[in-house]
Amino acid sequence: MTIYYNFAYLDEGTKKKIRRTLLKAVAIPGHQIPFASREMPLPYGWGTGGIQVTAAVIGPEDILKVIDQGSDDTTNAVSIRSFFRSATGVRTTTLTREATLIQTRHRIPETPLHAGQILVYQVPMPEPLFKLEPRVSETIALHAMADYSLMYLKLYDQITRYGRIAIGYEYPVIVHDRYLTSPSPIPAYDVPKMHMSPALQLFGAGREKRLYAIPPYTRVIPLDFTDYPFDPVNTRQPCALCGAVESYKDEIVIDDAGNRQFICSDTDFCGQRR
Amino acid sequence: MSYVAVKGGSAAIRAAHRLVRKRMRGDPDAPEITPRQICEQMHLGVDRVMAEASLYDVDLAARAMLQAQGDMIEAIFLLRAYRATLTRFLDSTPLAMDAMRVQRRISAAFKDLPGGQQLGQTYDYSHRLFGYFDRLETASEVESGKAEVPPEPMTSVMGLLEKEGLMEPAAACEPSAENTQQDITQHPLLFPASRAQRLQSLARGDEGFLLSMAYSTQRGYGQNHPFIAELRMGDVTVEITPPELGFSIGIGTITVTECQMINQFQAKSPEEAAFSRGYGLVFGHSERKAIAMALVDRALRAGELGEESLSPAQDEQFVLSHCDNVEATGFVEHLKLPHYVDFQSEIQTLRHLRKTAAKDGA
Repeated sequence: MTIYYNFAYLDEGTKKKIRRTLLKAVAIPGHQIPFASREMPLPYGWGTGGIQVTAAVIGPEDILKVIDQGSDDTTNAVSIRSFFRSATGVRTTTLTREATLIQTRHRIPETPLHAGQILVYQVPMPEPLFKLEPRVSETIALHAMADYSLMYLKLYDQITRYGRIAIGYEYPVIVHDRYLTSPSPIPAYDVPKMHMSPALQLFGAGREKRLYAIPPYTRVIPLDFTDYPFDPVNTRQPCALCGAVESYKDEIVIDDAGNRQFICSDTDFCGQRR
Repeated sequence: MSYVAVKGGSAAIRAAHRLVRKRMRGDPDAPEITPRQICEQMHLGVDRVMAEASLYDVDLAARAMLQAQGDMIEAIFLLRAYRATLTRFLDSTPLAMDAMRVQRRISAAFKDLPGGQQLGQTYDYSHRLFGYFDRLETASEVESGKAEVPPEPMTSVMGLLEKEGLMEPAAACEPSAENTQQDITQHPLLFPASRAQRLQSLARGDEGFLLSMAYSTQRGYGQNHPFIAELRMGDVTVEITPPELGFSIGIGTITVTECQMINQFQAKSPEEAAFSRGYGLVFGHSERKAIAMALVDRALRAGELGEESLSPAQDEQFVLSHCDNVEATGFVEHLKLPHYVDFQSEIQTLRHLRKTAAKDGA
């Protein structure tokens, strides 16, 4: 039994529908647009939203990079890259600067992106308010009124308990001075890279059936207070491989005594420096 | 009209059972499946039956699946009913999870750690395309190419976090001496339930129910910010200590899946802030169930940890009273039984009410 698949797996009609939704998403930065998500041959939670966005926008001339946790060689990145290689035949790369299309889970590359590139985020929960209000019918109304007091209260609560805002990842941002938006579970450290990025940022949430976008050169401001400004925590330990201090690190347990080593999570960035 | 004769319907029941027997076999020209084939080729199904029946017997679980025509809850019921007939002669000593012969071990919290990430057999990074596995080299080629790597000890991730004081100590959740006696098959579950009782209930709870409960916590219905510290699947030895011997002896090996879940820290002050834990342990190879169990275990600790309990998954009476699929299927399906008498009283009451109302209105 041989089954043939279209270029990038999905049929042309479906891809066109997703692209139309993406156009709407670009027109209303940070606003979640519902779309009829399809079952992909990888499970929900593995990046089906990002995969559908990539499938919808990829063309034969694209050069694709896929990262998971910043790395090109983690199991899920390897799996998604091989899926697109067999479903499209496009060239793939690990070089951030060479890629035209980058699909990512949980990181933004350290190497600054340039105009013309597209960064596709895999998003588990597109609604930034879901932990505070799980009912979508309610959050839609809150977004319509730009009522984000629930989130400000959460930040305030953390300041009273811990003396600082204690959100390590998935830090809420305001896009284009209007919509509260989830940056996906990237570390707070990565959030400033979203602000005024020359690249187009597309977000796909397959299971939750939502797409959203941040067009190039758009204001992306992390939520904070004047007296408690956004201040992400990152280790000052240099990378054990390349010595970088400023990059985001993975913590690796190297022995039973619990000794740790820190290395760049962005494997391409780290490799370029060595 | 055989259903009408419920009171004297023995002939009808016999006929119904003959039909089951016929359908169970299917077309006699098709080869018959043997229990052995089920054990070998549908072992994940066998594992689920054993886990939810809480009886570790591969051969019986396979037979149950055949007798149930693939209806998993019916198979679980069959094995659970058999379990009730078995004599309990001793409790085993706690399983030595550190000594597990690991077939699969991953941590989602650390990229690398002592003992390494060991992927083992998993569908996780496969693509769901028909024939996907046919393209690969056969199992025997994998075997021949496999180098025997001397096992490096696999340090417990939770232990490492505990050492740094970032994880609540295990002792905080360990069953006390008195509640180790709280076997839910020997003593009925009463509320509030101890953690030992909760974990037993969840371990035999319906995979689908726990999955949905766990999923709801990830979507905002219950506070949860989980990371899998460690997920292990492998073989452990079951040991007992017969009183006349005074030392423990191994009586067999079982395959289990264990999930240690790290959950978001929370406390009133920064000094007290530490990660909290959730735990899942299941017979056989069932990662979905072990992970779901760990999430639900953690959600059910809401009261103990001083969190607001607003969601179904945080309500122990809701979760623990409804997670057993043998109980649930019995009560839901019993609606098929005759209810003539109760219905008759209802219909008479309704007729009476309407008649009285009509009279009053006139």
